[in-house]
Amino acid sequence: MTGSSTAPRGCEDPRWLKGLLLAASLAFLLIFLLLPLLNLFAQALSRGGRFYLASLLSADTRSAIRLTLLVAAICVPLNTVFGLAAAWAVAKFEFRGKTLLVTLIDLPFSVSPVVSGSMYLFLFGLQGLFGSWLDARDIQIVFAVPGLVLVTMFVTIPFVARELIPVMQATGTEQEQAAITLGASGWQTFWHVSLPSVKWGLLYGVILCNARAMGEFGAVSVVSGHITGLTDTMPLRVEKLYNEYNGAAAFAVASLLAMLALVTLLVKTFLEGRTAGEPASIQPVIIGARAGVSNLSRAK
Amino acid sequence: MRSKIRMTVVMAAKKYNVLPGFNLTMGYTLTWLSLIVLIPIGALVLKACSLSGSEFWRLATTGRALAAYRLTFGASLVAALANAFFGTMVAWVLVRYRFPGKRWLDALVDFPFALPTAVAGLTLSSLFAANGWLGRWLGPWGIHGAFTPLGVVIALIFVGLPFVVRTLQPVMENLEPDIEEAAATLGASRLRTVSHILLPTLLPTILTGFALAFARAVGEYGSVVFVSGNLPYKTEIAPVLIMMRLEEYNYAGATAIALVLLVSAFVLLAIINWLELWAGRFQN
Repeated sequence: MTGSSTAPRGCEDPRWLKGLLLAASLAFLLIFLLLPLLNLFAQALSRGGRFYLASLLSADTRSAIRLTLLVAAICVPLNTVFGLAAAWAVAKFEFRGKTLLVTLIDLPFSVSPVVSGSMYLFLFGLQGLFGSWLDARDIQIVFAVPGLVLVTMFVTIPFVARELIPVMQATGTEQEQAAITLGASGWQTFWHVSLPSVKWGLLYGVILCNARAMGEFGAVSVVSGHITGLTDTMPLRVEKLYNEYNGAAAFAVASLLAMLALVTLLVKTFLEGRTAGEPASIQPVIIGARAGVSNLSRAK
Repeated sequence: MRSKIRMTVVMAAKKYNVLPGFNLTMGYTLTWLSLIVLIPIGALVLKACSLSGSEFWRLATTGRALAAYRLTFGASLVAALANAFFGTMVAWVLVRYRFPGKRWLDALVDFPFALPTAVAGLTLSSLFAANGWLGRWLGPWGIHGAFTPLGVVIALIFVGLPFVVRTLQPVMENLEPDIEEAAATLGASRLRTVSHILLPTLLPTILTGFALAFARAVGEYGSVVFVSGNLPYKTEIAPVLIMMRLEEYNYAGATAIALVLLVSAFVLLAIINWLELWAGRFQN
C-alpha cells in the first residue's frame, strides 16, 4: 500500500502507524465528504430519472437557474475587474496603508453572510437609510433582483483579488519595468506582460468567484424576499422545495449545484496539474493557488 | 533655498513608483470597495448607533441571544478542534504517504469549499435523519445527528474541513528532512522526533488553520439551518436568530446581534492575521 521508501531508517513512520493513520484519515474523509455526496445523488434520483428531469425543467426551477446565471454573469466580471485593479495596486506599488487595504478587501470573508445581507437591508430596505428615497421613486432594490446582485457582489469581492495578489507579488515588477523602459504604454504593459503571467491564477480566481456567486445562500436569503419565480436563486429554490416537503425535487436542483462544485474541483486539479510541469517562473501561480484556496469560501 | 534642498532630499529618500496606473487602479479599488463594502458596513454601524447603550445591551443579551451565542461559539469551537485534529492527520497522510487514489482524495478535500452550503446542509440533514443512511445506524445508539447540537457540530466540521488541511499542506511539504534525519542519527525515537520537533514546528500553522476553521464556523448559516431544526434556546445559532428578528421586522434586535457578530468577526480576523504573521516567522 505505501511504497517502499528510500528515506533513512528512523525517519519513516512505522508500518502499523501508517496503516492506522491512513485508515483513520480515509474513514474521516469518506464519512464527511464522500457519503454526503453520494447521498445527494441517491436522493435526487430516488423517484426515478423522469421525475428528476421533470423537476429540473419545471418553470420555477428554470427561472431560478436563469436568475442564478444572471447574478453570476454580473458579479463575476465586475469583481474580476476589481480584483485586477486591486492586485495591480497592491502588488506593484509601495504605499502606506497597504495592510489596511488588504484587510478591508478580506472583510467580506470574515463577516457572516446573514450579517452581510442585513447590511444591505439596512441600507436599501423600507426602513433603511435610503428606504424612503427609493420608495418615493418606486425603485425596488431589496426583495428584488438588484438586491441579490449587490449582496452577491459583496460576498464575492475578495476572491479574484486574493487570488491575484500573491501571484502578482511573486512575479515582481521587473518584467513590467523592462517593458516600460522599452517604450510600452501602461495599458500595453498590462495586457501583454502582466496579464499573461498571471493567467492561471486569474482563471482560478474567476472559477472560485463564480462557484461562490452561484452558491451564495445566507446573504441572498436575507434580501431576496423569497418570491418564487422572481427572486429565488438556485440555493433558495432548494430551500423552498425542501420546506414544501418536495425532497426529491430539492435534491434534484441541489445535484446541479453539486455538479458545478465537482466541475470547479476538476478545473482546479487541472490547473494545478498544468502549472506543476511548468518552469519555475510559474511557481507563483501555485503559491497563489494555495493561498487562494485557503481563503476560498469563508461563511456562506 | 533650504526648503528646496529639503524637498529634494525627501524625494530621494521616498520610494518612487515607476510603473504607471497607480492612481487609476487605486482610485477604482477604493471607490468600488467603499461602495460595495464600506458603506453597507457603515449602514449597520449607523443603525446600531441609533440604539441607546442600554437598549443595545438588552437586545444583544436576551436569553435567546445568549443561548444562540453559546451554541454558535461552542459548536464552532468543538468543530474547529475536531478539524484541527483530523485535519493534521489528513494533511500528514496526503503529504508523507503514497497510496493509490491520493490525487482524487486530495481534490476531494476541497469539496466543502466548492459546494454551496445549502446543498451541504440538505444532504447532511438527510444523511442523519431517522431513516437516513447514517441515521438509521446511529439512532438505536441514541446518537441523533439531525435537529440537535450534534448536527450543528457535524455541519460545521464539514464546512471547516479543508481549512486545516490546506493551511498545513504547503508547510509540511516545505519541511526540511535534514532535521528529522539529524534527530534519527542522534538516536531519537520516531515518537520523540514527531512530538519534540515536528509538532512544535507545525503548531503555529495548525493554530492558524484552527482559527480559520473557527471563524468560518461562527459565521456559517446555510448548512446549519437545514440540519439543526432551529429550535430557539436549543439548536438556534446566532445567524438564524438574526434572520428570525428580521422576519419579525424587529430590526433593532437584529442589528444588536448582527453587530456582536460583526465585531467578533473583526477580532477573529485580527487574530488570524497575527497568527499568520507568527507562523510566517517560523517558516522563515
